[in-house]
Amino acid sequence: MIALSKVSRSFQVGDQQVAALRDIKLNIAAGDYVSIMGPSGSGKSTLLNLIGLLDRPSSGIYRLDGGNVTDLDDQQQAKVRSEKIGFVFQSFHLVPRLSAAMNIELPLILAGIPPAERRARVTELLENYGLTDRADHRPDQLSGGQRQRVAIARATSMHPAVLLADEPTGNLDQTTGKEVINLLEKLVEQNVALIVVTHDPAVGGRARRQLHMVDGKITDELGSRLRGNDDQ
Amino acid sequence: MKFIDVVQFAAASLRGSRTRTLLMILAMSIGVASVVVLTALGEGARRYVVNQFSSLGTNLIIIFPGRTETAGIGPGMLLGQIPRELSLDDAQALLRSPAIARIAPLTIGTSQISQNALNREVVVLGSTSEMLKVRHMSMALGQFLPAGDVHSSESVCVLGSKIRRELFAQESGIGSWVRLGDRRFRVIGVLSSQGVSMGFNTDEIVIIPVASAHMLFNTSGLFRILVEAKSRDGIAAAKHDAEQILTERHQGERDVTVVTQDAVLATFDRILRALTLAVGGIAAISLAVAGVLIMNVMLIAVSQRVKEIGLLKALGAPAAQIRKLFFAEAVLLSGIGSVAGLILGEIGVLAIGKLYPALPVIAPWWAVLAAITTSLGTGILFSVWPARRAARLDPVRALAGR
Repeated sequence: MIALSKVSRSFQVGDQQVAALRDIKLNIAAGDYVSIMGPSGSGKSTLLNLIGLLDRPSSGIYRLDGGNVTDLDDQQQAKVRSEKIGFVFQSFHLVPRLSAAMNIELPLILAGIPPAERRARVTELLENYGLTDRADHRPDQLSGGQRQRVAIARATSMHPAVLLADEPTGNLDQTTGKEVINLLEKLVEQNVALIVVTHDPAVGGRARRQLHMVDGKITDELGSRLRGNDDQ
Repeated sequence: MKFIDVVQFAAASLRGSRTRTLLMILAMSIGVASVVVLTALGEGARRYVVNQFSSLGTNLIIIFPGRTETAGIGPGMLLGQIPRELSLDDAQALLRSPAIARIAPLTIGTSQISQNALNREVVVLGSTSEMLKVRHMSMALGQFLPAGDVHSSESVCVLGSKIRRELFAQESGIGSWVRLGDRRFRVIGVLSSQGVSMGFNTDEIVIIPVASAHMLFNTSGLFRILVEAKSRDGIAAAKHDAEQILTERHQGERDVTVVTQDAVLATFDRILRALTLAVGGIAAISLAVAGVLIMNVMLIAVSQRVKEIGLLKALGAPAAQIRKLFFAEAVLLSGIGSVAGLILGEIGVLAIGKLYPALPVIAPWWAVLAAITTSLGTGILFSVWPARRAARLDPVRALAGR
C-alpha cells in the first residue's frame, strides 16, 4: 500500500546540505505493524513526515494505494491526509480550547461531513475509547492517558488506512503507555497499517516489522523475512 | 468544510481568548461609534441651519438699504453718509416684476406695550397682510393684518402668543385694546406659537400695519423688504428685477443690498457639510487604526497558534482552508465590532438628542454605511496578511512549534 522507492530528503542547514534520508526503499502493506527505531537524528521522524505527506522528498517516488502522491499539490495532499492518514503525536496536539468531543470531531468538520453523521461517529468513538464521561472536558482537565486516547480517537475518526504514531508513549508512564499501545494494536487487527516511531525498545519490539535507522538509512529489518514481503 | 463550521470554529477561537477579543471589539466599536456620532452632530448642525432658514420662508429674497454686501461698514458710513431709505412705494414697485410673487415691507422698533396695569417692552414689526404668507406664519386666533391700502394706518395689531398670554392670561384678547407707545391698537389676531427662528422670537412680537409703525416710530423708511419669488428657479430673475427696479427708482444709483436666502443657505450648507465630512474623516482614521490593531492581534494569534495550524494541516486542512479560518475570525471580529459600534453610536446620538432637543441629530445614512464598510474593509484587508502567513506555515515545523 505504501511504496517508497529511492526516496531521499535533504535539508539546507546554513550553507550545508544535510541528508536526512538516503535512498529509502520501503514497502508497507495494509494491516502491517511497523516500528521505526534508531538514534536521534537518524531520520525516523522525517520518514514518518514523508509518509504522512507533511513533507516532500527531495527525490524519489512515493506511491500510496497505487497512486503517485509525490507531486500532488497542497489541496490534493490535504485530501489524501484527510482520507487515508491518521496522526498520533507524542505531545497529543489537542486544541486546548475545544472539548474532547470537539477535538475528535475536528477532522470530520474539516472534511465537511454533515453534522448528524459527525455526532454519531463521535459518540461511537467516545464509547470505544472509554471517554463518554469525559466528552465535555477540555484537554487540560484530562490525564495524559485520556489525552492520548482522545488523540487516537481523533486519528481514527476518518477511518484512515495508515496510522502514524510519533513516540505515542513518550509523554506517558509505563502503564498508560501500555494501554495506548494496546489501543493502537487493536487498529492493526482492523487492517490499519500502523507505523510507530519510538526510542523505546519495549514499544518498538512489539511490532511485527522492526526497522532500524542510522544516518538516514534503514540498516536492519527484523521480522520482515518471516513475512516474506521484502521484495514486494 | 462547511460555511457554518468555519464560522463556528472562528467564533470558538475568538471565545478562546476572551480579553483580547473584547478589547478588539471595543476598539472597533469606538471607531464606528465616533463616526456615527460625529457625523450625526455635523449633519444635525446642518439641518438645524437649513430648518431655520426655511422657517423664514421659501424662495425668499431680502432687500435692505445701503450698499453693503454683508453686515459691515460700507464706504458711505465712513463718510458720514446715511444710505437712502427704502420707501413703501419702492416696495410696492417691486410687484411690477413678473418673477416676484409677493412682498412684505418690514419696519422694526421697540415699544412699551400696556394693557390695564400690565406693561412690557416688545419688538414691534410694521408690515402688511402679505407678511403672513411670506414668512410662513400661522394664526392661532382671529385674523392677520387686513389687506388693502398699505398707506392706511389702521390701529389694529396682531400679538405673538407669549405677549397675549402675558397680557390677557386666560382670555383670548381679541377685540381688546392695547397701548403701544402713545397710540391705542385693537387686537385682531394672535400668532400661533412658532418659537425662535433665526434669533427672532415670533412669540414675543407685536405686528401692526407698516403705516402705523411709521407713525409710531416717526420714520418713513423700511428696515427690510421681504420678497418671495414665484419659484425656486425664478429667484435669480427676481433678484435681478428687484435690483433694476430699485436702481431706476433711485436715480440710477444702486444703493440697496439684495440677498437671496438661497445663497446664504447654500453657503452654510457647504460649510457645514465640509465640516461633517472632515469630522467624519477624522473619526474614520480611528477605524483604520482599529484595522491595524486587528492585524496585529491576528498576527499574534497566528504565532500563538502555530501548533494548532500544524495540527489542522496534519488533519487534512489545505492552505486555503486555514486562510479561510483566520479570515473568518477577522471578519467576525470587525463585524461584531461594527454592530456594537452602531448600537453605541445610536445610543450616543439619542443621548445628544435628549440633551439638545433643538438639534436634529440623526446619523446620515451615508455615514453609517461608510463606517460599516470602513470597519469591515479594514478588518478584511488587514487579515489577509496574517491569514496568508498562517496558511504558508510548514506543517512539520509548525507541529514542532517553530
